[in-house]
Amino acid sequence: MSKIQNYALGIDVGSTTVKTVVLDENGEILSHRYQRHLSQVRETVAEQVKALQEQYPDAEFSVCMTGSAGLGLAQSAGIPFVQEVHAAFLAVKADYADADVVIELGGEDAKIIFLTGGVEQRMNGSCAGGTGAFIDQMATLLGITADELDALSLKAEKRYPIASRCGVFAKSDIQPLLNQGARREDIAASIFQAVVDQTVSGLAQGRQIEGTVLFLGGPLSFLQGLREAFVRTLKLDGEHAIFPENAPVFVAYGCAMFAKQSEEAQPLTVLLEKLSNARTGGNTVTGEPLFASRREYEEFVERHKAHDLSFADLQTAKGDAYLGIDAGSTTTKIVLITEKGELLYQYYAANRGQPLDRIVKHLTSIYTRKSPELQIRGAAVTGYGEDFIRAGLGIDYGIVETVAHFKAASYFCPDVDFIMDIGGQDIKCFKIRNHSIDSIMLNEACSSGCGSFIQSFAQALGYDIGEFSQLGLFAEHPVDLGSRCTVFMNSSVKQAQKDGATVEDISAGLSSSIIKNAVYKVIRAKSMDELGKNIVVQGGTFLNDAVLRSFEMELGRPVIRPSISGLMGAFGAALYAKEHCPKQTTLITPEKLAEFTYRTTNAKCGGCTAHCALNIVHFPDGGKFISGNRCERGAGKASGRQTPSMYDEKYQTILGCPKTPDGDTPIGTVGLPLALSFYEQMPFWTTLFTKLGFAVEMSNESDRDVYYRGQHTIPSDTVCYPAKLAHGHIEDLLDKGVDFIFWPCMSYNFNEGETDNHYNCPVVAYYPELLKANNPRLTEENFRLPYMDLNRPKSVSAALKVCLKGYTLRVPLSEAISAAYDAQKQYYADMAAKAQDMIAQARKDGKKIIVLAGRPYHIDKEINHGIHKLIASLGMAVVSEDSVAALGHLTEPLGVLNQWTYHARLYRAAQYVTTQTDMQLVQLVSFGCGIDAVTTDEVRTILERSGKLYTQLKIDEINNLGAAKIRLRSLVAAMEEGGAS
Amino acid sequence: MSAKFTPEMKKTHTILVPDMLPVHFRLLISILSAYGYRCELLQTASRAVVDEGLKNVHNDTCYPALLVIGQFMEALKSGRYHPDRTALMITQTGGGCRASNYIHLLRKALEQQLPQVPVISLNVSGLEKDPTSGFQLTAPMLLKFLYGVLYGDLLMLVSNQCRPYELKQGETEKVLRRWQKKLEEAFKSGAYLHTKKLYRQILDDFAAIERTKRNKIRVGIVGEIYVKYSPLANNHLEEYLLSEGCEPVIPSLLEFVMYCAVSKRVDGKLYHFFDSKVLKNSIGYELIYKMQKAQIKAVQEHGVFEPPHDFELLRARADRYINQGVSMGEGWLITAEMAALAESGTENIICTQPFGCLPNHIVAKGMMRVIKDAYPNANIVAIDYDPGATRVNQENRVKLMLANARKPEDAE
Repeated sequence: MSKIQNYALGIDVGSTTVKTVVLDENGEILSHRYQRHLSQVRETVAEQVKALQEQYPDAEFSVCMTGSAGLGLAQSAGIPFVQEVHAAFLAVKADYADADVVIELGGEDAKIIFLTGGVEQRMNGSCAGGTGAFIDQMATLLGITADELDALSLKAEKRYPIASRCGVFAKSDIQPLLNQGARREDIAASIFQAVVDQTVSGLAQGRQIEGTVLFLGGPLSFLQGLREAFVRTLKLDGEHAIFPENAPVFVAYGCAMFAKQSEEAQPLTVLLEKLSNARTGGNTVTGEPLFASRREYEEFVERHKAHDLSFADLQTAKGDAYLGIDAGSTTTKIVLITEKGELLYQYYAANRGQPLDRIVKHLTSIYTRKSPELQIRGAAVTGYGEDFIRAGLGIDYGIVETVAHFKAASYFCPDVDFIMDIGGQDIKCFKIRNHSIDSIMLNEACSSGCGSFIQSFAQALGYDIGEFSQLGLFAEHPVDLGSRCTVFMNSSVKQAQKDGATVEDISAGLSSSIIKNAVYKVIRAKSMDELGKNIVVQGGTFLNDAVLRSFEMELGRPVIRPSISGLMGAFGAALYAKEHCPKQTTLITPEKLAEFTYRTTNAKCGGCTAHCALNIVHFPDGGKFISGNRCERGAGKASGRQTPSMYDEKYQTILGCPKTPDGDTPIGTVGLPLALSFYEQMPFWTTLFTKLGFAVEMSNESDRDVYYRGQHTIPSDTVCYPAKLAHGHIEDLLDKGVDFIFWPCMSYNFNEGETDNHYNCPVVAYYPELLKANNPRLTEENFRLPYMDLNRPKSVSAALKVCLKGYTLRVPLSEAISAAYDAQKQYYADMAAKAQDMIAQARKDGKKIIVLAGRPYHIDKEINHGIHKLIASLGMAVVSEDSVAALGHLTEPLGVLNQWTYHARLYRAAQYVTTQTDMQLVQLVSFGCGIDAVTTDEVRTILERSGKLYTQLKIDEINNLGAAKIRLRSLVAAMEEGGAS
Repeated sequence: MSAKFTPEMKKTHTILVPDMLPVHFRLLISILSAYGYRCELLQTASRAVVDEGLKNVHNDTCYPALLVIGQFMEALKSGRYHPDRTALMITQTGGGCRASNYIHLLRKALEQQLPQVPVISLNVSGLEKDPTSGFQLTAPMLLKFLYGVLYGDLLMLVSNQCRPYELKQGETEKVLRRWQKKLEEAFKSGAYLHTKKLYRQILDDFAAIERTKRNKIRVGIVGEIYVKYSPLANNHLEEYLLSEGCEPVIPSLLEFVMYCAVSKRVDGKLYHFFDSKVLKNSIGYELIYKMQKAQIKAVQEHGVFEPPHDFELLRARADRYINQGVSMGEGWLITAEMAALAESGTENIICTQPFGCLPNHIVAKGMMRVIKDAYPNANIVAIDYDPGATRVNQENRVKLMLANARKPEDAE
């Protein structure tokens, strides 16, 4: 009998995988394993331990566990635990002592360890994608595996900016790219780039990633493209980028080292015993089962059968037919109907990123199979891919989705007063009043935990979506997963799994959280009665019986779900084509369709300074479809006279503020960042400084590059994008070599009256403090941030006196200050007058007017992404909130404390809009603006009280206007309908 | 318009008060009851609280508003309180932070469903002043509150320093509860004015608890005031730290009171004005500071426990990193507390805030770098709280911080 070996075992239980490493007595790795656990955490661990037991029957093991999903298991089984970053730290210290930084990407966590210059270990916050799960989710979206995604990325030619804060954001960037025909290779590379950007900005938080970098974790060892993206972005050479061979199990290795140091060796039987005795269950909240019995379910199914459509046979039907296409975000839907509304052909499937190819295939199939006596008289298309499909296939009409859905819903329920559509990517709800769309509620970019989420989840757990949702129907204890965004739900699911929830319970829980998301986040209903009497639900997600049932349970009564729930958009489009039947359809003929091909090229628009990156799809008839442009110019259409917009007007005025002092050479150069409050107070500060004899240097106009330049000094990744951009502007001014950068801190803004107070928001008020603390290049000398209150000239002059000490001012301070006040006043007056001119001109031209209500810094084109141009392209004039606010006077008390100057303007502008028949208000909200959580509901109330529509556009670094366009077009459609009734 | 709290309601209505700090708020309630207000502290913590919150306030509103309003709505709908005989009390600070809007969000939530329920604003900045209201905050009452905060702080301070070390489990809790009762009595009898004597007795009683001498890792908790203190909001962070074998170090509530009191004076100096508000606040501040110094002195002379931070020291610490003009939310106080903790040997710090907290971008996350530069051993983790964040996620981050704390030899 041989002597008993003393080995060490490290078990790393991550969110998606289990990794084990065995060390021998000398600390050498004997064996390691890497396995997906598909949420069967305990079973998978036990399985691996059993395998080890067979492999090393004579050994005893010191054991320790680590990993995000290991924490709960270790606790309940009584197994020693070491925090995973710490485990990694131990292994790095032992094997790679000269590493400066360690980056580890796991399934759902991202970690970074700084080893030199003060050890620091960090993990992603609770709102952070950019991990393995994110990559998986994106691969799913493209209909490929992560490995295939990797292979594609290596053939990329260009990269698009994609947000990676969470999967939902990224999806809303990627989807339109797909639908517009961007190359999948380029998208794949962009996805990896997004992960890198997320790591650099979200994780490094103000520390530079320099020196020798060690890369760990599954994704970084399996995905070549991701590794290259990191190396390229961090500008590392081969020597300084280390990818250890055992990277996927590195943390388990560290964990084993920890076990070796601090735990007693035991036979593995003890460990197995502990595992099998582990208490499961715990603090997860569970809800009611969806169905008490199978009979109840059958009744439910029977009830919904009532809303079936009748069918006709494509091969034998004669007469007229109408084609409807819904090119949705993740799915493509096609229907062909007869004059009587019978269904001749239907198609519903994921577009796998190639919507046009799918449609061509199915249209071909329709053409070949249909009887010669059936004539397609008209066609309409709706959805994200509308323009693209329409251009390629000669579809007669393009309509906005909301209109299509309303058409379809009315067909099933003429008295419908509420429609809820949950698709793959969007939740759309609208109220119907007087047979027209009354108010539209769409999910914001951050809450779209919709259909595609369930699908990604099903796949992650190894099920197909149909099977997975079926599982939930008879779950005994559906878990309560809350109503937050998908990233949060991932961790909720993790916790539920830890507590022993079954796949069935999780499936049911996910269905119910989709409903909660829709009801409480999108509709924001206080009580279910608000929704109305006749509710029609639709969208592919409602085909899922568990989701439908959850909604009925939350509502407490039945709703109508047409059997073609997933096809409603296409059906509505077909109905539209039928109603508006053209004399001669322009739909592509069978002959032309047979030889249809297209190819994609890239170009840069030269129409203006924005230089939009264009994607051009060429069709065989010489036609082109251009996307990526923000205004009509890029689309290659005749430019004509651009509709003027106050956003451009203000922006140009701010840029044109005086920069050189009168007379002699300047007494110094002051740098003013083109950020936050400067977008309004530039006239004040430029006048002040030039009068005093300074030359003024403004930072460069914002673009993506400005953001990247300051990214490494951003300490809080959840702050709003306008604030994040400020970091780049500071870098820019520092590079320009100004004598000092000036940025005052101001608790208060100008008092414009009719408010409770006149604060700045905390970010605008004190951001200079944060900049000073996080940009090591800033000093007392080169960055001056005096505190002052512009309502008290005395405080301004006192603060400036201290701030500008040492300079021989050209005129007395008081004179310059009073000139500054005058300039600011003049600016306000000019802008108000200009707005009136624009309104008058728009009225003369018979155009509608939109008050685009945001904050002064929303005129920055990197912040508004050209939304004002988009509105102008829809044929409406754009004025800003501040240019009309003074004309509105609140007639009723507000339900909130009206204490921020910028936000007070929103209320007054809204009030003003209610007095003008040809105006509507669109509110711009920056993601992360906590104060807008207060203002949005109030602005909505003011508008809706007077029968106006409320439209909100949430913006972030996402550089895509697809979703905004749908909202704005829905608004236009609703305005037209409103005008007709 | 929402319902008003009339003088008659004083007799008929029960006033519900949200719980932020169990020790302090119980004392405050006993003071209110001495003035004839029937109050009850809400301590419900079920999932229904969060659900009601999600239903009734904008989901991007900060977590404390969501919880406090959720707690109220849950209580009113539970059947435990009759809506016709219940009023709600909520504090209002009136700064440039969103928190000033809690009361309005609460009223909005009530408007449609329970319009008869009056809401009382408890504030010292003169918001919603109404001489015909049934609730009047008088100067003597305010003074008693101040004593309530002082006693509450002392109890919190000493029990936090005993609990992790007690040999007999539950002993600290027992002494704490006994003193809670005694002090409630003292507020009725007027004995509360004998601070010197009472402080001494409290210190003696807690010092008498048998404790181990073993050193434990001290972990400071700073952050947004509600999340920092309320176990409902921070997922019982204190308990968790205790279970991990740490000593939680929690700054006193008086610091926040003084931070508010001094801010007018700071503003006056910064923005060059002087008015009656500045004067009143200055006098108030000086008075409170004297009281704080007396308490610190009592703890120091007793010699067993570590006293709270002297407020003037906090101000001086703040000045090194951030201007005291940063006065929205908890403002410069958070930065100062982090520095003072690190300086006084509590290098492990958890900074708590609601997800998306605006001031904390600047005063907390924004200042960590300079604090770490000044105190290289400072080990700070920021934790965000919101209805979707899971405990497992938060605890894992705390664990990471603790792993760092336990291995100082690796962290050269």
